[in-house]
Amino acid sequence: MELTGAEIFVECLKEEGVETIFGYPGGAVLFLYDELYKQQDKVNHILVRHEQGAVHAAEGYAKATNKPGVALVTSGPGATNAVTGIADAYMDSVPLVVFTGQVPRHLIGNDAFQEVDIVGITRPCVKHNFLVTDVKELATTIKKAFYIASTGRPGPVLVDIPKDITTARCEFHYPAEITMRSYNPTVKGNKRQVRRALDLMLEAKKPVLYTGGGVVLSGAAHQLTELTRELGFPITNTLMGLGGYPSMDPQFIGMLGMHGTYEANNAMHHADLVIAIGARFDDRVTGNIEKFCPYAKIIHVDIDPASISKNVKVDVPIVGDVKNVIVDMLEELRSRSERPDAAALADWWKQIDEWRKANCLKYNQDMNASIKAQFVVEKWWEVTHGDAYICSDVGQHQMWAAQYYKFSQPNRWINSGGLGTMGFGLPAAMGVQMAFPEETVACITGDGSIQMCIQELGTCLQYHLPIKVISLNNGYLGMVRQWQEFFYQKRYAMSYMEALPDFVKLAEAYGHVGMRIEKPGDVEGALKEALAMKDRLVFMDFITERENNVFPMVPAGAGQNEMILV
Amino acid sequence: MRHVISILMENEAGALSRVAGLFSARGYNIESLTVAPTEDATLSRMTLVTRGSDEIVEQIIKQLHKLIDVVKVMDLSQFPHIEREMMFIKIAVDKNTACEAVKRLSDIFRGNIIDVTDKMYTIELTGDRQKLDAFVNAVRDFRILEVVRSGSMGIARGEASLHV
Repeated sequence: MELTGAEIFVECLKEEGVETIFGYPGGAVLFLYDELYKQQDKVNHILVRHEQGAVHAAEGYAKATNKPGVALVTSGPGATNAVTGIADAYMDSVPLVVFTGQVPRHLIGNDAFQEVDIVGITRPCVKHNFLVTDVKELATTIKKAFYIASTGRPGPVLVDIPKDITTARCEFHYPAEITMRSYNPTVKGNKRQVRRALDLMLEAKKPVLYTGGGVVLSGAAHQLTELTRELGFPITNTLMGLGGYPSMDPQFIGMLGMHGTYEANNAMHHADLVIAIGARFDDRVTGNIEKFCPYAKIIHVDIDPASISKNVKVDVPIVGDVKNVIVDMLEELRSRSERPDAAALADWWKQIDEWRKANCLKYNQDMNASIKAQFVVEKWWEVTHGDAYICSDVGQHQMWAAQYYKFSQPNRWINSGGLGTMGFGLPAAMGVQMAFPEETVACITGDGSIQMCIQELGTCLQYHLPIKVISLNNGYLGMVRQWQEFFYQKRYAMSYMEALPDFVKLAEAYGHVGMRIEKPGDVEGALKEALAMKDRLVFMDFITERENNVFPMVPAGAGQNEMILV
Repeated sequence: MRHVISILMENEAGALSRVAGLFSARGYNIESLTVAPTEDATLSRMTLVTRGSDEIVEQIIKQLHKLIDVVKVMDLSQFPHIEREMMFIKIAVDKNTACEAVKRLSDIFRGNIIDVTDKMYTIELTGDRQKLDAFVNAVRDFRILEVVRSGSMGIARGEASLHV
């Protein structure tokens, strides 16, 4: 039987097992929406308030589930509004399929109403994109889109569908398998390289494991934990890798990088072997690249060959899926009689424990002074027993969330790491809450970030998403202000937001519960009260210390061992 | 170092701009670029000439591989290879002496005169880059009206080849 393009579109979603999509209708996608309406019991569509929110929500869904997130937006402004989310997904390797409407084929290139060349616009920030030019190619294209998005190094794939394709008809056939001669990611690591890596690991005196988002994406947290424990090496996680190893474990030395711990950064600096797994030597991790890991040999495991030796020359590159390679490493380790040098490791741990004594994340909450943001995050971790999904926006609060919420599981820490997109948190939390309706999902945010996608409070009401919004309100764009304090002689150019709204009233206007918390003594009670409101979104506006800084810090241009502690 | 990179890619709309966009987005330079379909019309073959340190060229090749439309990439500079470029050059021959002189130079360089009017010759010339440069220098005393160069094409010598 012949189906219309719109029918094929929905059939493909069903074939891919897509349960939830996030989107916003418009002229070019009306037939698609009409079909979604007819099949609303099959595919659940969440109506956001702005297309950026749709893509971030799909990202949140994907980051929490490791399944591709799906967004649907219209042509022109609908598509351009989605670009920030697409770029965000590209930087953080989030599997995403974004469908955009396009003007009918005969109008393409005509400057038609709501026409943009979205395939051209997004080309540099997608893993791949397609313009569908024939309805007969629609099903195969969608199959390819899901395949490309979710295999290899995951990423966003955009499918642009002209309106007339959605009404054109053809026989529907969904390919069960797809092979592409131009795309065959290497998933199995080279055995010889794994053996070379093991040689170095067994010789090392001062080794450190440095693992990133790739561990979470590959679902390798369990295997990584096994390997780390068998080796007895210290392990640090990148911002994206948090949760890939249980933070409360004694071998965990904290996050590394610009706002990483003193012990993690020093361990990296002094190490004689760095084992990088699913991490990409981002500039926020390395600091000054000239001063990075001066004494270390480097092993780098990554599924993306282009990530290897991009920023830092690597001694043993291993291209492959992180999980496969870790399993191979474990096998190789178990097949050998040698074990890591216990005496050397004991000395190394002694040194690390010295660095730990700096207690670099200590802060003092004076119960009679204003609330410290760190205190709120730490209390939230306590009351949720470290089990909540934490979505964060971008800025100081993001760093505090990363430092003080001690993740014990992967996929629970959902933030915008690479692109650093303010406004990410709330819509991402919607995506997570849709995936896990029964779980506690929090959005840790700031008074600046929350306003970038605050309209999504409407979506949360419509779909009864009981997100806990933890606003660490300091009346500043805090991270900008911090840099201006340190590096621009306190000239606070545009980092102060006059005329902040009353967030409590705003939350109430959207039909939610709003709270303002001003005293440290009220923090825990408020968090518990919010947590108890299982079926309501609670917006907690914590009025926090205004000029609080994120420490420790590697200033721009410094080496990893040159940290400002307080 | 100058590198000649051969790329076999899907003959899809937008494939060329993915390659060109990659170079501009990552700040790599393109000295020349030629592209056309192969004997298999679903594939295009591109020759791209770039300059960069070994690290940069290694990164360029990895980034090219990463493009979904790219099937195979080969750095011809790593192999014995042949490089050719084609040029059309239009030269004014309005002075009496010019006709003979230009024709002689064209013969020396094994060029073909492919169009003639009473005022100008159009010469077709194939060779490596240096030969074409040398010819342009040789005819500088005449009035050059137009130069069209194809950019380099390359192919490996012997067994090494780039195919699916």
